[in-house]
Amino acid sequence: MALLNVTKLTKNFGGVKAVTDVDLEVEENTITGIIGPNGAGKTTFFNLLTGIYKPSSGDIIYHINGDVTSRMLRPQKMTKYGIARTFQNIRLFKEMTVTDNVLLGYHCNLSYGVFPSVLRLPSYFREEKKAMEKAHELLKIFHLYDKRDEKAKNLSYGDQRKVEIARAMAADPKILLLDEPAAGMNPNETKELTKLIKWVQEEFQLTIILIEHDMSLVMKLCDKIFVFDYGHLIAEGDPESIQCNEQVLKAYLGGDYVAEAK
Amino acid sequence: MEQIIQQLINGVSLGSIYALIALGYTMVYGIINLINFAHGDVLMIGAYIGFALTGIFGFSFFPALITSMVACGILGMVIEKVAYKPLRGASRISNLITAIAVSLFLQYGMMYFVGPESRTYKEVLPSSQINVMGTGAVIDIKSFYIIGITVMLMIILMYITNRTKIGKSMRALSQDKDAAELMGINVNKTISYTFFIGSALAGAAGVLIGVYYSTLNPLMGATPGLKAFVSAVIGGIGIIPGAVFGGFFLGLIETLVSSIGGSLYKDAVAFLILILVLLIKPTGLMGYKEQEKV
Amino acid sequence: MKELISRNNIIKSVMVLAVYLLVYLMMCTGIIDSYIFLNIVSIGINIILAVSLNLITGFTGQLSLGHAAFMSIGAYASGILTAKLGLPFIVGILGAALAAALAGILIGVPTLRLKGDYLAIATLGFGEIIRIVGLNWKYIGGAMGLNDIPRYTNWTWLFGIIVLTVVVISNFLSSYNGRAVISIKEDEIASTSMGVNTNYYKVLVFTIGALFAGIAGALYANYFYFIRPDSFGFMKSVDILVIVVLGGLGSIRGSILSAIALSLVSLSLQGIPELRMVIYAVILFIMMVYKPQRILEPIRKLVKKEA
Repeated sequence: MALLNVTKLTKNFGGVKAVTDVDLEVEENTITGIIGPNGAGKTTFFNLLTGIYKPSSGDIIYHINGDVTSRMLRPQKMTKYGIARTFQNIRLFKEMTVTDNVLLGYHCNLSYGVFPSVLRLPSYFREEKKAMEKAHELLKIFHLYDKRDEKAKNLSYGDQRKVEIARAMAADPKILLLDEPAAGMNPNETKELTKLIKWVQEEFQLTIILIEHDMSLVMKLCDKIFVFDYGHLIAEGDPESIQCNEQVLKAYLGGDYVAEAK
Repeated sequence: MEQIIQQLINGVSLGSIYALIALGYTMVYGIINLINFAHGDVLMIGAYIGFALTGIFGFSFFPALITSMVACGILGMVIEKVAYKPLRGASRISNLITAIAVSLFLQYGMMYFVGPESRTYKEVLPSSQINVMGTGAVIDIKSFYIIGITVMLMIILMYITNRTKIGKSMRALSQDKDAAELMGINVNKTISYTFFIGSALAGAAGVLIGVYYSTLNPLMGATPGLKAFVSAVIGGIGIIPGAVFGGFFLGLIETLVSSIGGSLYKDAVAFLILILVLLIKPTGLMGYKEQEKV
Repeated sequence: MKELISRNNIIKSVMVLAVYLLVYLMMCTGIIDSYIFLNIVSIGINIILAVSLNLITGFTGQLSLGHAAFMSIGAYASGILTAKLGLPFIVGILGAALAAALAGILIGVPTLRLKGDYLAIATLGFGEIIRIVGLNWKYIGGAMGLNDIPRYTNWTWLFGIIVLTVVVISNFLSSYNGRAVISIKEDEIASTSMGVNTNYYKVLVFTIGALFAGIAGALYANYFYFIRPDSFGFMKSVDILVIVVLGGLGSIRGSILSAIALSLVSLSLQGIPELRMVIYAVILFIMMVYKPQRILEPIRKLVKKEA
């Protein structure tokens, strides 16, 4: 069952054609990879999927608890729809503690309001307790429990990335969008991350879409891969077929090189 | 009909003064992202210098104007070096408060030395009423002097920013500080020159205000300063043509409001326009839209 | 309910009560005379103003240069209700709170799209508009201001409202609302993506901050007998901002300590009227360059341990 349908999606910024005529389908409970050279439009694509940009033309439809179309997409509604994301340049709340960062991810599930907060009514204690339990649970899964009272800015890059993912998980999403999760990580951290993403997907029965440059992670994790270049979708398929795809090689390595290799 | 011409010329001369002051604000903001609250008080010091030169030392108008401009230019450079440079990396709020501190220092320091009373400028500009081309409108010739001088100064400024090396450095710096530095532009020197030019213009405005309105007091810079700042924002802060446009725009509107009997509220009108502009097009009527990369 | 009766809360309540009784006794026995009490009122009002501004600027990151305007609205509201309409103080206070809160919404909504300097300028503009309107409105006295406001502010009212302000705002901040507003300051895009309704929260903190500033205004009006629009101008807004910055953006305890410290500094300068502002300006500058927040930090940590 396709969880996400993208039809002829196009985004132009004035004269710049960032994304052109993209047709895409993502199946439930799969890990989908989006790859392509820098500037290919991948992050713009994500921003379109999460309502940060409005499409110039084309459609996005999520099939989660009813249909969510691109017209309904607004960044702050995403978690309510069941879609959470991380960012290319880790956007953590640097001065907040790790726990508070994760608790913020849980924000959309809290609703006890201003007066109960201020008057410390029972609903405040009840919901905060639930939220804290959930946060601790996630922190333990991500091996961050012992760092829970540290300010986010003091953590290592790899740990910060994990906090960002944990924060996204706290929103209880059905779809997780990861923008270059392995960026800036060394091979060891990348291996750990790969295992973690696989585990999270199975444990929580998630659908994951990730943008990545690290091919070891992509090839190991992804059930299906889509390749972008200059805003166009130039190839799609499983890891093996993408690796041999001539268009893909041309996009990454340049036309002449491919001809030589032949 | 005569009313309209009179108000028009009044508006343009007021506007040209605002434009002159606004240029200083906008150049400084464009280059170091600082709202220089002390700018209006440099104007005040310029007015006092002019007052002293003409009243005590018997200078005539133009020498007094030039000397005051140079003196204010130097004052601006000193303020930058002493107060703003140490805080260049600091937070926006710290810079803001520092600028306010400098403003207070100038205002009340001046008040301590010369006392809070208002003084009167010596008449150094011819002050005859002339008939405008036989239309029956009666304008003080001073207005034309003001318009003429400010326009001349603006032309000189345009020449400097577009044709000289220092002007190019200023433009480069306001676009991208790091790139400018890598290209070998002396950042400190460029910033100093920017302050010199902006403050010199403020000094000129101070003398012109003193000559036109005849009175001066230590707190005289606050209101014109704030209004000129509003002009700069209306036109688009950081954009030089924007400051000129904003200045004339505000001058004309203010004169218009005064002429239809709303002189008590004319200051409020300025802020109202400011807020409208900020709500509709925050980067100013001549500014371009900024988009944050996600 | 039982979560409220914690050891921490009991200690805090006892200490608060102790401070209240101590000052009350000192007033009864005349140790604190009317001059000292005047200073206490000034300090108390500054505490309320600083804490309420900190919510907006320090915690939520919305730079506001017009906070004194809220105080002004509250002062005039209470002044009119108590002096012109002869109503009791509680009505004055509630009226002040309501009027100022409405002003908070009025400023918060249009400025939602503005950030940083632009927001600061807009708030400055609003503050000036309020001041100029006040100067020209005959009913409330115009430039002459409002006179003969009954003195209702006493130690009980003052202390009670300070405690209320601190408790309400602290409780707000240590809830999911607090996390939300801090996240807005830290990274608005990430905050929005996580489901935080940033527009709602920005207007909310302006409203809450304005509300308490308005109450502070009421306390001011009903103590100092008369008010003028110029008492609540841009300089007053700057004064409050300076207190917040010195105490540390994002620290309630810091705001309280800083309000006390800076009020005392200001009072000690009363003796030299000519150079007072010049010295104030120099102190401001030194503060910004040498960042005495670092000095206040260890003191804050000490007070934290005590509490």
